[in-house]
Amino acid sequence: MNIPQISVTEAQTPEVRSKIRRAPRLAQFDWFTRMLRDPKAVIGLVILAIFLLMAVFAPVIAPKDPNRIVGRANQAPTAKFIFGTTGQGKDVFAQMVWGARLSLGTGFLTGALITLLSLALGMTAGYFRGWVDGVLSTATNVFLIIPGLPLLITLAMYLPPGAMTIIIVLSVTGWAWGARVFRAQTLTLREKDFVSAAVVSGESTFNIIFREILPNMTSLVVSSFFGSVIYAIGADAGLAFLGFENVSIVSWGTMLFWAGNNSALLTGAWWTILPPGLCIALVAFATTMLIYSLDEVTNPRLRSEKEIDSVLKRFHIRSRRSTPVLRHERGG
Amino acid sequence: MKYLLKQMGLYLVAAWAALTLNFLLPRAMPGDPVMSLISRMRGQIKPEQIASIKAAFGFTDGPLWQQYLQYLNAVFHGDFGISISSYPVKVSDIISTGLFWTILLGVVSLLISFIVGNLLGVFITWRRGGVADTILPGLLTFMGSFPYFWLALVMLFLFAFKLGWFPLRHAYADELSPAFTWTFIQSVLVHMVLPAGSVVLVSVGGWMMTMRSTMVGVLSEDYIVMAEAKGLPQRMVMFAYAMRNAILPNITQFGMSLGFILSGQLLTEMVFSYPGLGFYLVKAVNTQDYSLMQALFLMITLAVLVANFIVDLLYVRLDPRVRAG
Amino acid sequence: MNAEDKGALLAVRDLSVEYLTPRGAVKAVDHVSFQIQPGEVVGLAGESGSGKSTIAHSVLRILRPPAVISGGEILFRGDDILGMTQQQLEAFRWKNVALVFQSAMNALNPVVSVVDQVTDTMMVHQKMPRKEAEARATELFRVVGIDPARLHSYPHELSGGMRQRAVIAIAMALNPPLLIMDEPTTALDVVVQKEILRQIIALKRDFGFSILFITHDLSLLVELADTIAIMYAGQIVEQAGSRELFDHPRHHYTQGLMNSFPSISGPKRRLTGIPGAPPDMVAPPSGCRFHPRCLAAQACCAEKVPAPTMDENGHHVVCYFPLEGGER
Repeated sequence: MNIPQISVTEAQTPEVRSKIRRAPRLAQFDWFTRMLRDPKAVIGLVILAIFLLMAVFAPVIAPKDPNRIVGRANQAPTAKFIFGTTGQGKDVFAQMVWGARLSLGTGFLTGALITLLSLALGMTAGYFRGWVDGVLSTATNVFLIIPGLPLLITLAMYLPPGAMTIIIVLSVTGWAWGARVFRAQTLTLREKDFVSAAVVSGESTFNIIFREILPNMTSLVVSSFFGSVIYAIGADAGLAFLGFENVSIVSWGTMLFWAGNNSALLTGAWWTILPPGLCIALVAFATTMLIYSLDEVTNPRLRSEKEIDSVLKRFHIRSRRSTPVLRHERGG
Repeated sequence: MKYLLKQMGLYLVAAWAALTLNFLLPRAMPGDPVMSLISRMRGQIKPEQIASIKAAFGFTDGPLWQQYLQYLNAVFHGDFGISISSYPVKVSDIISTGLFWTILLGVVSLLISFIVGNLLGVFITWRRGGVADTILPGLLTFMGSFPYFWLALVMLFLFAFKLGWFPLRHAYADELSPAFTWTFIQSVLVHMVLPAGSVVLVSVGGWMMTMRSTMVGVLSEDYIVMAEAKGLPQRMVMFAYAMRNAILPNITQFGMSLGFILSGQLLTEMVFSYPGLGFYLVKAVNTQDYSLMQALFLMITLAVLVANFIVDLLYVRLDPRVRAG
Repeated sequence: MNAEDKGALLAVRDLSVEYLTPRGAVKAVDHVSFQIQPGEVVGLAGESGSGKSTIAHSVLRILRPPAVISGGEILFRGDDILGMTQQQLEAFRWKNVALVFQSAMNALNPVVSVVDQVTDTMMVHQKMPRKEAEARATELFRVVGIDPARLHSYPHELSGGMRQRAVIAIAMALNPPLLIMDEPTTALDVVVQKEILRQIIALKRDFGFSILFITHDLSLLVELADTIAIMYAGQIVEQAGSRELFDHPRHHYTQGLMNSFPSISGPKRRLTGIPGAPPDMVAPPSGCRFHPRCLAAQACCAEKVPAPTMDENGHHVVCYFPLEGGER
């Protein structure tokens, strides 16, 4: 899966700047209201909401234990079992619904942890610079280059199995992306007037970081969180597929493990593969839409491009290569 | 030059980190891998074998730093120890063929995804608001959300199992043996279609969107306006002026995503039983073959580092501003 | 087409250019008219934001949307530029009119060598083979004052002055009869500025092309220009032969501009500058756009835009109370 990232540009820092010492809280969330007007974001939010509701209301939607054996193994979808049964004779639909809890839960929780970790490391590197930055940056680059899966597997092999291991392992491999971005943004913000003003007026380092710099990075933090969630859900599924997780607990990843284990392909049981994978894909897609929308809303250049597009449409101007001539006397 | 040296330095640090991690982990973890191996063999080994296993693992006598140096020494001589699952076969023998197939599949799928993705990115920027620009971003982004191994499963099921258009597994037909004959090469190509195809389908959207993003930035630069003012045809402006500049940040990004994409490819290899490193990775996991696992981790990491360096060389070639140092 | 336009190389008549923004149309150029004769150097002077660059880019029609040309005519040797299709424009550009950009560093493709940026025009427009094009490029470099050994350098390897000369060389590649120079020396330091200016004057003398020289620095036009037009807030407020303008400025803005520059020789003067700030182009002042900053403004100035008047010297001015035969 691809994990998009919003572009960190010089112009991305929000409009409230050097004149105001402490950025008003509400201005930080401008981008959120603007996102709500973007169809991409709305689609993303709706899809995520559906899955969240599915996870929360699992006992209502698919009552009874998803791990129960309910029928013959490998039955194709019927009216009774709309997604058929697994190689063990369990209800695929029920598993999918209940599996959302673990998959989404691990995904979001791990995503949050990864974001916090990368925020801490990235901001430290960007703010303190010097040798601290040197060490942290090298560590970040090393973790970026080293391929994730072999590292994941190596760590998972040695640690005792369990949810804790998964979370630790995912965090260790996933923090580097965000750290790079946060470091870059902190470096930029650090040079801004309002930070210098704070330093000169004797603000404590703690205050400067948490009250001056961090609030101006909210959209970046949100975007990084989304990216981390996508990574966590995907990597979690990968680990489960490989058998690193407790396969008796139902999640989308373990569903795929069993599908592979039971040679779903050779028996033709596509219904054991499709639903869990599509769920993962849809959640990742919805989150990606949110990231793209956020990028558009916070990047002034992208925003003005959109404005220009709508203006051009209104005047039926098609060519962008040469100056159009709109003369009212002639045909134009 | 300075740029290349800096990158080299980074890769050396990364390689050292991987090596050290490999060394420390088995010693840091609870339990004794040697003992677990022995217990698995249910006491069917002689004492000499226990000693040689320990030696192969690097669990020799002496202080930690001494073991570390011996370990490094062994690695530099290509001695990765003995595979537990295929005892007493040496690890290095097992993974050398794996490395070849992974690199082959990797190079092919990466090149195709990168080139097609970037060209599509240029195309949808050129024909903004056109058909391609309306459909492709949404479609390819959706496909990009699929986990690599899942799309591999789906494609395997659909095209190999159900439709029978492509083979189900392996890198070449079972009855053939490797040779430079056309039959063999053809078989290799046919067996590569699905694995490479699934990697390409997932990755291409990402490249396209990144390229589009950089192109939009580049197209607002003054030298593009000057190119238009010169009356150059659009084809030339798009490629010689815009793309030539827009591709540079994408190349650095290419280097950084190599590790990530390779991870996805490894899982794809598992699904197709493609005899690359991914296949051996599965084996190592399933049989708890620590020495194989370690060697694979190292090998894969080194492959990525080397690939990164090659990308850096390419980048220096393309961006004259970096050449100056 | 007017009788006076006959023979003119470039005739701009009543040109208006607007930027279409979501907030409304901004008129960057408002009914501007001027001509350039073959071999003439016309200077276009004004503050930043007065619309001078917009005019330059409009002649070649390289302004990007949301800018649109909303009125007027641009004729080059009688050809209607505003009616040209994309294909016609591609053939027309650079061969007839070339543009020297303000910032050479930004105008040059950073990853292509300078020689290739000269030869591509020749290879496209004149179908010249590469070897011949490179030979001509070498000659051009020599003529603008760059050591031909630097032909294959990249833009970042050249100094600021050399880059500007390179851009001039590129502009001259197809021997166009008209060169538009958009603040070609602004990004350079003063010493280099003078050198480049000298070079331009020499080139004009040797090759005989016309120049539309755009600048905010009037003093540069003293030696160079035959005719000068002063722009303010999208309109031309004064136009005259350069000697006539310098001796007898008639618009108050022009007077203000001239008083803003110290002169090295001559008596010490108090610099006055011009009070106020350039107007907001979304909602420009009513009537004469300069009236809020003009010391001689009266009630009528705010009501209606004055009609242009011309005296026997061909000196145009747009003002109700122009300075009479004034001294500086």
